[in-house]
Amino acid sequence: MALAAPALEQAVDWEVAEQQIGLWQDAWHRFRRNRLAVLGAGLVLFLILVAFLSPLLVHFHLIWNPGTQDVANIEVGPAQAGHPLGSDELGRDTLSRLMFGSRISLSVGILVQGIILPIGMAIGLAAGYFGGRIDNLLMRFTDIWYAFPDLIFVLVLVSVFGPSLLTIFGAIALVNWVGLARLVRGQVLAIKEKEYIEAARSSGSAPLKLILKHLLPNALGPIIVTVVFGIPSAIFLEAVLSFLGVGIQPPTPTWGQMVFDGYEAIYANPSAVVLPALAIGFTLLSFSFIGDGLRDALDPRMKR
Amino acid sequence: MMQAPEKAPLTTVAADPIILRVQDVYKHFPIAGFGGLAVRAVDGVDLEIRRGEALGLVGESGCGKSTLARLITALLPVTRGKIIFEGQEITKMRGGRLRRMRRKMQMIFQDPFASLDPRMTVGDIIQEPLDNYGIGSGKARQRRVQELLRLVGLNPNFTNRYPHEFSGGQRQRIGIARALAVNPSFIVCDEAVSALDVSIQAQIINLLQDLQREFNLTYLFIAHDLAVVRHLSDRIAVMYLGKIVETAGRNDIYDHPQHPYTRALLSSIPVPDPVVERTRAPILLKGEIPSPVNPPSGCRFHTRCPIARVPGICSEQEPPLEPHGQRDQLAACHFAGEK
Ligand SMILES: Nc1ncnc2c1ncn2[C@@H]1O[C@H](COP(=O)(O)OP(=O)(O)OP(=O)(O)O)[C@@H](O)[C@H]1O
Ligand code: SF4
Ligand SMILES: [Mg+2]
Repeated sequence: MALAAPALEQAVDWEVAEQQIGLWQDAWHRFRRNRLAVLGAGLVLFLILVAFLSPLLVHFHLIWNPGTQDVANIEVGPAQAGHPLGSDELGRDTLSRLMFGSRISLSVGILVQGIILPIGMAIGLAAGYFGGRIDNLLMRFTDIWYAFPDLIFVLVLVSVFGPSLLTIFGAIALVNWVGLARLVRGQVLAIKEKEYIEAARSSGSAPLKLILKHLLPNALGPIIVTVVFGIPSAIFLEAVLSFLGVGIQPPTPTWGQMVFDGYEAIYANPSAVVLPALAIGFTLLSFSFIGDGLRDALDPRMKR
Repeated sequence: MMQAPEKAPLTTVAADPIILRVQDVYKHFPIAGFGGLAVRAVDGVDLEIRRGEALGLVGESGCGKSTLARLITALLPVTRGKIIFEGQEITKMRGGRLRRMRRKMQMIFQDPFASLDPRMTVGDIIQEPLDNYGIGSGKARQRRVQELLRLVGLNPNFTNRYPHEFSGGQRQRIGIARALAVNPSFIVCDEAVSALDVSIQAQIINLLQDLQREFNLTYLFIAHDLAVVRHLSDRIAVMYLGKIVETAGRNDIYDHPQHPYTRALLSSIPVPDPVVERTRAPILLKGEIPSPVNPPSGCRFHTRCPIARVPGICSEQEPPLEPHGQRDQLAACHFAGEK
């Protein structure tokens, strides 16, 4: 075989181990081997399905409308009077409200991360990449922010701006971006010192390319993990707000509110409290399991 | 055959025989929270590198070799001093001009595992400089990548593999291909072989030598002992605690070392001849390397020098780097050549 550059005669080093799979694929294989993470992912997928399908089910009269008050059957137990999981103190169907509650919890969990991600990344990247005074300024700012008790901060915001969906999502995002910003900064600081970044600079890569092609892809694993762990904490915060009565306002059903509403009659009608509480608990657990699984799968040190 | 120190002149008309001048360069890293204190990693270095030569730079770990390499390739800004590459003062450049300048000087890094982005394929890694400098078009770039892989002795079909699939020596070849991609005239090899097995070291050194001959490259070849650079270097510079203490032609350094530190480094190289090896008396340096935060007064080697006059001139006056011994030999010692 004729080579294009036969001028150099030195030992060639042809042998390379069999083609291995890419890093992301490898992570996926490891994730799949974690049973709890897969279970969590399954539950979350199921919840997403429920969230999307419940309006459709109401439309086809397969479940109750969550707002309908069946005044003849108040606080009935499970499987009575056409209420598979019973009804609450206003005669609303518990199953239907649980299903609709998943819509709020999931959207709080996921949309809030959508707000946090750009804020946290921008601040973390700027602080980590430029360092020096910018870093100092941004990090003092996040420290002060962090020092504020989350719940009080959200309560203040909600009481000032009113408990609309937007305020609540915004308020929860505003207390949660700090963790992500710090993580991104730490990642950037660590990766910035790697020799391959220096090599890329020496190859003539401009700062923007360094950030987008080298820094971010290498920081992505821990960022994903943090974002996933952020989901249950946002869900929990929303549930607490609803429980305190300053969350999403009725008649929109949320799990936190259901716990609060059913609390009065906890002995007479325990399922109205226990079921939403279980829904919250299992959702939080599922996301945490996914987070754990991702952390192990995306950590390059956890090879095989 | 060993190459003679003087190489055939290059085709460039009236090219400055000195490709790189380092003039009184300092790099101090301030220690945060210790107002004013700094690690004086490079502390007044003068050095010239001639076009087409391989200059070996040796010194113990922490003496500032990598920092000097990063200053020379403009990966770090200097604290003070001038670096002139091909007649242009790179210490004054920034932004786009600096990036264009970097094209002519590339670096091969010490750690073949840390210097390749684990999330990029080998093809993308080698192609990156071509993309950055807009060399060739899409197809031509891919051909060039394959040609480069072949050039460094790697299978050109493996462009879609990830770095972790390769061995250390192969990864270092990838790093070499990346450095060569933009046709640089000057390459800094920062301990480019010290992370490799001895047998692989020889292969990579041979490859570097072949490439030098083929492309008229100038090398700054960094190592922490004199054994590694001997084979490859035309001239050698010895560094101690942020300063150059001796420079000379390769043979002169080995045969007539002028500085006591050079002599100590030489005496620690094992000799292959068992008879000579038995009589080899390593000069053991006393004490630890002093901290670069607060280097000793006068000659900064005086705390460990076997012939120091302390108290006296050695601890009071800093010896300048000036001619001693052979032609073209410089040493910074008040008692250069004495044993
Ligand atoms: N970015 C930095 N910030 C602070 N100190 C640094 C930095 N880079 C290097 N130093 C310090 O400067 C000194 C010289 O380091 P350098 O890496 O240049 O040494 P070296 O001769 O290359 O050593 P080695 O043989 O271990 O690679 C060391 O004391 C090191 O701790
Ligand atoms: S100047 Fe003095 S201390 Fe320094 S190397 Fe020479 S003899 Fe040793
Ligand atoms: Mg080094």
